[in-house]
Amino acid sequence: MSKVTTNTESLPVVASKKFDIGHFARTYMIVGVLILFVAALAILTQGNSIDPRNLVNVIRQVSAIGIIGVGMTFVIITLGIDLSVGSILGLSAVVAASLAQVPGGSLVKFQGVDVPVWVAVFAGLAVGALAGFTNGILIAKFRLAPFIATLGMMSIARGLAYIYTGDGRPFSGLKPEFNALGQGYLIPNAKVPENGLFPLPVVLFIAVALIATFVLSFTKFGRYTYAIGGNEVAARVSGIRIPRVTIIIYTISGVLAALAGVLWAARIGSGNSTLGQGIELDAITAVIVGGTSFKGGIGKIWGTVVGALLIGTINNGLDLLNVSPFLQIVVKGCIIIIAIIIDERKNSKKA
Amino acid sequence: MGEYIVEMKGITKRFPGVLALNNVQLNLRPGLVHSLMGENGAGKSTLMKILAGVYTLDEGQILLNEKPVKMSGPLDGLANGISMIHQELMFIPELSAAENIYLGRELRTKAGLVSKKLMIEATQKIFDRWNINIDPSAQMKTMSVAQAQMVEIAKAIAFNSKIIIMDEPTSAITEREVARLHEMIRDLRKAGTAIVYITHKMDEVFAISDEVTVFRDGTWVATEKASKMDRDKLISLMVGRELNQLFPKVEAEIGEVILEVEGLNRGRLVKDVSFTVRRGEILGFAGLMGSGRSEVLETVFGIYPSESGTIKVKGKEVKIREPHQAISAGLGLLTEDRKKTGIMGVLSVRDNMSVAALDRFSVMGVLRRPMIDRECEDQRQALALKTPSLEQQIQNLSGGNQQKVLLSRWLLTDPDILIIDEPTRGIDVGAKSEIHRLMGELAKQGKAIIMVSSEMPEILGMSDRVVVMCEGHLVGEVSRKEATQEKIMELATRFADEAVA
Ligand SMILES: Nc1ncnc2c1ncn2[C@@H]1O[C@H](COP(=O)(O)OP(=O)(O)OP(=O)(O)O)[C@@H](O)[C@H]1O
Ligand SMILES: [Mg+2]
Repeated sequence: MSKVTTNTESLPVVASKKFDIGHFARTYMIVGVLILFVAALAILTQGNSIDPRNLVNVIRQVSAIGIIGVGMTFVIITLGIDLSVGSILGLSAVVAASLAQVPGGSLVKFQGVDVPVWVAVFAGLAVGALAGFTNGILIAKFRLAPFIATLGMMSIARGLAYIYTGDGRPFSGLKPEFNALGQGYLIPNAKVPENGLFPLPVVLFIAVALIATFVLSFTKFGRYTYAIGGNEVAARVSGIRIPRVTIIIYTISGVLAALAGVLWAARIGSGNSTLGQGIELDAITAVIVGGTSFKGGIGKIWGTVVGALLIGTINNGLDLLNVSPFLQIVVKGCIIIIAIIIDERKNSKKA
Repeated sequence: MGEYIVEMKGITKRFPGVLALNNVQLNLRPGLVHSLMGENGAGKSTLMKILAGVYTLDEGQILLNEKPVKMSGPLDGLANGISMIHQELMFIPELSAAENIYLGRELRTKAGLVSKKLMIEATQKIFDRWNINIDPSAQMKTMSVAQAQMVEIAKAIAFNSKIIIMDEPTSAITEREVARLHEMIRDLRKAGTAIVYITHKMDEVFAISDEVTVFRDGTWVATEKASKMDRDKLISLMVGRELNQLFPKVEAEIGEVILEVEGLNRGRLVKDVSFTVRRGEILGFAGLMGSGRSEVLETVFGIYPSESGTIKVKGKEVKIREPHQAISAGLGLLTEDRKKTGIMGVLSVRDNMSVAALDRFSVMGVLRRPMIDRECEDQRQALALKTPSLEQQIQNLSGGNQQKVLLSRWLLTDPDILIIDEPTRGIDVGAKSEIHRLMGELAKQGKAIIMVSSEMPEILGMSDRVVVMCEGHLVGEVSRKEATQEKIMELATRFADEAVA
């Protein structure tokens, strides 16, 4: 019988392991941009921006964008979008804060109720999970476009947050153990309690990013996420249960938004129904700037982390430079458009 | 005017990690059909994309009517009278056939407005002229691959181009449509059009071409008059060695029935279909384009829910409403439409290969990466896959190599029943006989194989038994011994002929 094999060694394949500088530059360009921005701001603000106290501040703010961005990375890889994260953040913040109030005050939501702090945190996260799960069901089972489903949820969750706070006044007077989640440190300084090493929100952000990196790169679920974004029909034919994966992804996004909300409420010591407005835009920008493709199937968590740092630095820098908040919104709009143009170029048919 | 309408000289093209073309040449004469031959990844499509203006060349020169030309986009190609039917169908699914044909060259009313009506009328004329039975206003996404292929063909010939490139135009259509296409080509040739024809089907090459050029691994090997070529010579030029048996049928022991489909119904193309397959058997599904062959198997696999009917695997009835249920029941399906339902373009070769078998490749959801690497590497070698690495995005592979990856995807799931819709679509002769040998081996291991094929020699050469579909009905069954082309064609056209009679 005829034995047919092609000689693989004679292929016109030039050393593929050779260092490809173009590829390297494209991959890590974003890191360079970040360094450039930090340096430029340091000069423009005469060093104020790199003052340690300011840096800690930036990084605490970044952790909210970053935590949400991690969930958003999963969503965008599958060709979805989650516009409801800011509202979910607000809703979870007020729910958690209302249950973490020191009993007895006149502005306490639930008079006479005193639950442990972990219950408050858990309630906040559960609200986020429920909202995310609902998004998932609407998209996977009712076949709504992600944009539409989460736009609806954006409005619903924000509305519920307003209703929940009643007169719109924030829930304050929170227990110190709760506030410690946002203000404390992994290793507190014994003498000066408001100082220490590794701020907790930052530690949690890093933990979330590491876990997500592991999930995307080393688990079946991660492969499925990329596969759905790569070609949903082909993914289904390959045996992937699209609805199940979709629902889990939007639930993750909801839980992470809620986590950011809880940490935020703890950081400022109160739960306000307007928290997180507009943060969805920051998170989406961080994800796209970080190299996740709007065309699906491509994305890395580390990119989102760097993207979040970049957005946080820009936000903070513009504040320090006294740029009007309205102009800041314009600047961010420009950044997202530029990032998408770069994405288009990078991932369109190269030749 | 000179002898050649096109001269391509010293063409070199590189992609990251790949030298796709190395100093190659190609000359075309008006009124002749020039076949471009070569194994998967030899560089045929790349060279033609350069001629059509889709890719820019790194080195070399193109002369049209002895004048050098520079092209920087597909519209430049069209402006120079060059049309191309691409191997990967490139249409906009939301638009109608007419709108796709006139994409970028929309017909306008006197007032300068784009007119759908004008385009539909013009398209209808083209379709009538060439006997194409498709509604010009139908959206492309509602069409089968074969219909879409016919629209692409119409698009290429609609503009009286002087040079028409056909990159595997027959990979998705059956013999009848192939015959019609060849009639079209003869007409065009009479009108003085130069035609480049790329195919992996040997008999077509000799049926249609005047000249043949062979490429191997990105280099030019030979150009000859077709009359001076024969099959063996051509193959040895392509693969660089002799190849004797094209359909190496391995004798396998035929065992008990493993899949029983009974009274399956779904829409217009699956009507009360019943059939069985046994272990060790290769069952061929024959029929014309649009006869429902693919639809039956896609329904069995749960891509579309069936309206009624039962499916039994190993004697037990199974409910299959989604592909994952079919996979759990031990089925695998390599679909017909590579681009739409097969590849995940931006994902790596490795991810594309392993995606359907991740249950086997993971422990409690965590991937066993070394195992994945090892088995993917084995597949790569077994199928002589041409790719710079397993990391490469699958969309950058040549068409035939993408097909090999998809075949590997299903081999890795180790199914009991493997359904393959056009197993060797776009695959070169060498790899083709390797895939046929592999199918034989799988049968020998006691697996059942169901094969849809539009290639009669493949059906006749590989199948132990052939069932024939016509307009959604399973109209007949022939054993390997009785199977002849005439017999199968007679069954396949049964209703059509009755309608005429
Ligand atoms: N866009 C691209 N990026 C990277 N490599 C590419 C790209 N397009 C083609 N190649 C590589 O160039 C080589 C030639 O590919 P080409 O598509 O021309 O082959 P082909 O002869 O048409 O093969 P087939 O018969 O399988 O269609 C292959 O090794 C392929 O992997
Ligand atoms: Mg090709």
